[in-house]
Amino acid sequence: MKYAYFPGCSLSGTAREYERSTRAVARVLGLELEEIPDWSCCGATSAHATDKLLSLALPARSLARADEMGLDVVAPCAACFNRLRTTVHAVRSDRKVRQEVEEVLGQPYAACSDAYALPDVIVNRHGLDNIVPHLKKSLGGLKVACYYGCLLVRPSAVTAFDDPEDPQTMDRLVRALGGEPVVWPAKTECCGASLSITRTRVVWQLAAQILTAAQKAGAEAIVVACPFCQSNLDMRQVQAQKWSGRRWNIPVYYFTQLLGVALGLPPGELGLESHFVDPLGVLRQKALV
Amino acid sequence: MKRIGVFLCHCGSNIAGTVDIDRLQEAVRRMPGVVYVEQNKYTCSEPGQEQIRKGIKEHRLDRVVVAACSPRMHENTFRRTVESAGLNPYLLEIANVREHCSWVHKDREEATAKAVDLVRRAVAKVVFNRPLQKARIPVEKRALVIGGGIAGIQAALDIADAGHEVWLVEKEPSIGGRMAQLDKTFPTLDCSLCILTPKMVDVAQHPNIRLLTYSQVENVGGYVGNFEVTIRKRARSVDESKCTGCGSCWAKCPHKVPSEFDLGLGQRKVIYVPFPQAVPNKPVIDREHCVYFKTGKCRVCERFCPAGAIDFTQEDELITERFGAIVAATGFDLFDHARYGEYGAGQDPDIISGLHFERLVNASGPTEGKIKRPSDGKVPRSVAFITCVGSRDDHKGISYCSRVCCMYTAKHAILLSEKVPGCRSYVFYMDMRTPGKGYEEFYKRSQEMGTQYVRGRVARIYREGDHLVVQGEDTLLGRKVLVEADMVVLATGITPRRDAGELARTLGISYDQYAFFNEAHPKLRPVETNTAGIYLAGACQGPKDIPDAVAQASGAAAKVTAMFSKDTLTADPLIATVNEAICSGCLWCKPICPYRAIDEKIITERVRGRTVSRRVATVNAGLCQGCGACTVACRDGAMNLLGFSNEQVLAEVEALCR
Repeated sequence: MKYAYFPGCSLSGTAREYERSTRAVARVLGLELEEIPDWSCCGATSAHATDKLLSLALPARSLARADEMGLDVVAPCAACFNRLRTTVHAVRSDRKVRQEVEEVLGQPYAACSDAYALPDVIVNRHGLDNIVPHLKKSLGGLKVACYYGCLLVRPSAVTAFDDPEDPQTMDRLVRALGGEPVVWPAKTECCGASLSITRTRVVWQLAAQILTAAQKAGAEAIVVACPFCQSNLDMRQVQAQKWSGRRWNIPVYYFTQLLGVALGLPPGELGLESHFVDPLGVLRQKALV
Repeated sequence: MKRIGVFLCHCGSNIAGTVDIDRLQEAVRRMPGVVYVEQNKYTCSEPGQEQIRKGIKEHRLDRVVVAACSPRMHENTFRRTVESAGLNPYLLEIANVREHCSWVHKDREEATAKAVDLVRRAVAKVVFNRPLQKARIPVEKRALVIGGGIAGIQAALDIADAGHEVWLVEKEPSIGGRMAQLDKTFPTLDCSLCILTPKMVDVAQHPNIRLLTYSQVENVGGYVGNFEVTIRKRARSVDESKCTGCGSCWAKCPHKVPSEFDLGLGQRKVIYVPFPQAVPNKPVIDREHCVYFKTGKCRVCERFCPAGAIDFTQEDELITERFGAIVAATGFDLFDHARYGEYGAGQDPDIISGLHFERLVNASGPTEGKIKRPSDGKVPRSVAFITCVGSRDDHKGISYCSRVCCMYTAKHAILLSEKVPGCRSYVFYMDMRTPGKGYEEFYKRSQEMGTQYVRGRVARIYREGDHLVVQGEDTLLGRKVLVEADMVVLATGITPRRDAGELARTLGISYDQYAFFNEAHPKLRPVETNTAGIYLAGACQGPKDIPDAVAQASGAAAKVTAMFSKDTLTADPLIATVNEAICSGCLWCKPICPYRAIDEKIITERVRGRTVSRRVATVNAGLCQGCGACTVACRDGAMNLLGFSNEQVLAEVEALCR
């Protein structure tokens, strides 16, 4: 399968390991990712907190290029996916919105291409049946809390690939890799996202709740599919420990990294060196690296 | 030339306030065929009707038009009026100048002009009206009640008490339905089975009732007064005529499976009666799980049966019988809370439904009435109840209120505080809905007994070690709340039976978007369906509590007995008829008919000296409801609806388009 690839800004900054592991995994699985030429920022929170039309026109600019490529779009970042998908949905369902967006773009945009989240593409569209034959290692019962955050599965009318209250896409993947997805209550709670920069204390509090819930459920690791989720739970973990007086020491992986490990890819190719909480200790215990 | 009389009604000021009746009268006087026009303040009044009779006699009228309210109001009144004056009742037409004119217009000029048009239309049509005769259909005075829950039981008893034969068909091994699974009933807290079993026994002993349990309706043909129904009586593997219900077989049967009656909380034997008070008290063998049927070995029940009633060779029996009327009383299923991922997706044993709770408090339930949580048998010290699970939740595709959950949750809280003194109980609710006699008082009582009511929807329920955490919001305080509970009871809503749509199609009745059966009119015909001779009782028509289900069942029974009080039915003559001379036999009309009233027929005729056979459509007068769909589909114009024939409709169109 071939997709138009929308990396988004984070994947060349804070989430370089997500970019590397995505590319590595896609190569093994035979997923062809063709980067959208001259893509631009999706606008993220800043755009839709500023102006609705701006928040639709920015993703539409890149989506129009995907239309020209004749390919559906895949976005690894949950926020990018959410903005892209919202735009496709809005343009398809409202003629007036489409006219306004086209006027801003200065070109026709019919929202022909769909926009998909990376976990949806790998687990549901490519399918576990096409992954299992490539697996080299089993996660050996590693207890994993799959964390989806806010944007991956909500609003469900727009995202429409998993249960908005109890999503299962990454849980199914972890089980297929030989891990044990834990049942835990915080899988769709908010991590605080960009408040990480403006009101860091809020993120400490939210991260503490999520990490505590994962720990109580017996998780040895957390997997995510969003750069902000990863950095707020990983980079802020030490600060949240100090602030709350609790200790977790739980590594936070991108789901592509754990998938890569199970596919037998070396840690270097998966960007496992660039974490704050040691990602290798747990993997060494299971003799995975 | 026809002699048409037109009677214009003021309806007080309802019509005359907007339509200038004098000018209308002048215009009507000049219409072709009209020999007499008159106005009345209230045409439907006794003097008004007398004027019509007088007009018919004095002016030798052979057609009558009444310009008044909707035909749905008074068409029958005026039909009887003209009939009493010696005219065929179908030589009357109504021009609706109230609902279609005066009530929806303000401008007097325009309304008067429109009234003239509407009367001209009726006058043009009535010229082509022909005398029609009502057909008489014989009635088979035997009723079929489908479903042996409280609604079906009540309907069967009422019809049988009126002296008519009733067959009661129930798909489970025993009658009793959902009510048999309940512990107590709100708002009086009488024991559900204690008030139900006398009625169940009445059914079993009633000389006019034939009870068929473990049976299902397979096919329904025919029409009102003359339904032909095929019933599958599933093989019980027990000879009912020999079995005494002694219980040796199920005491000795070595194999257990989860009990459907206890919703999997307890176990039953493979040969079983669903509950101790079952009617009939005769077991069935669950062939799917029976070791003998799977491996050919065992036969323990046969060895221990003192009556020799076990019969492994029994086969399903198909019974075909004629019935005059059918009552559908198939009840409901519970919403499956596995669809709530945020409430544990049905995976946590201590998150149970309201019906599970009924089984836990019931003395003949799996815990013998001791409230113990399913996971470890611990007596809970804190229980949270959550209402509106699968009701009033657009995200789950169910917008309606299930009507019973507020009340049964209040009941559960009361039962809990009686059985487990000191146990904390919380009820999370959206709104408390208590519109019934004694209901609000009952709800107050549960509050006074210490139940904490928290207004707000629960966001999530999760396990933390030994207990569950209920995370919600108190919208009255505007604060997030976390409640620790040993057990959570979800007040799951009422949904139609999973096979309701299938049964509706078998019966030929309509159902709504959820598959609840449709009543003929939401207010004025709540127990009839749109298919003549088929009636509704209980929750198959929509969520209901026991008193409402019983009331509706008695209503349905009254309709059936009223129908059975006559030897023949008069059928409305406004039905479709085929002109066989021009019917090409394409049968496009057949799939379009919603009442399955059209069939094919081979006719033999002589053409140029030769005898030829060909296919034509034929209409079953008993089934046809006169909707007219076939006349539109007919490419040859061979299909005509009596009273709305093609020439009548075209005359109307022509009169309106002039």
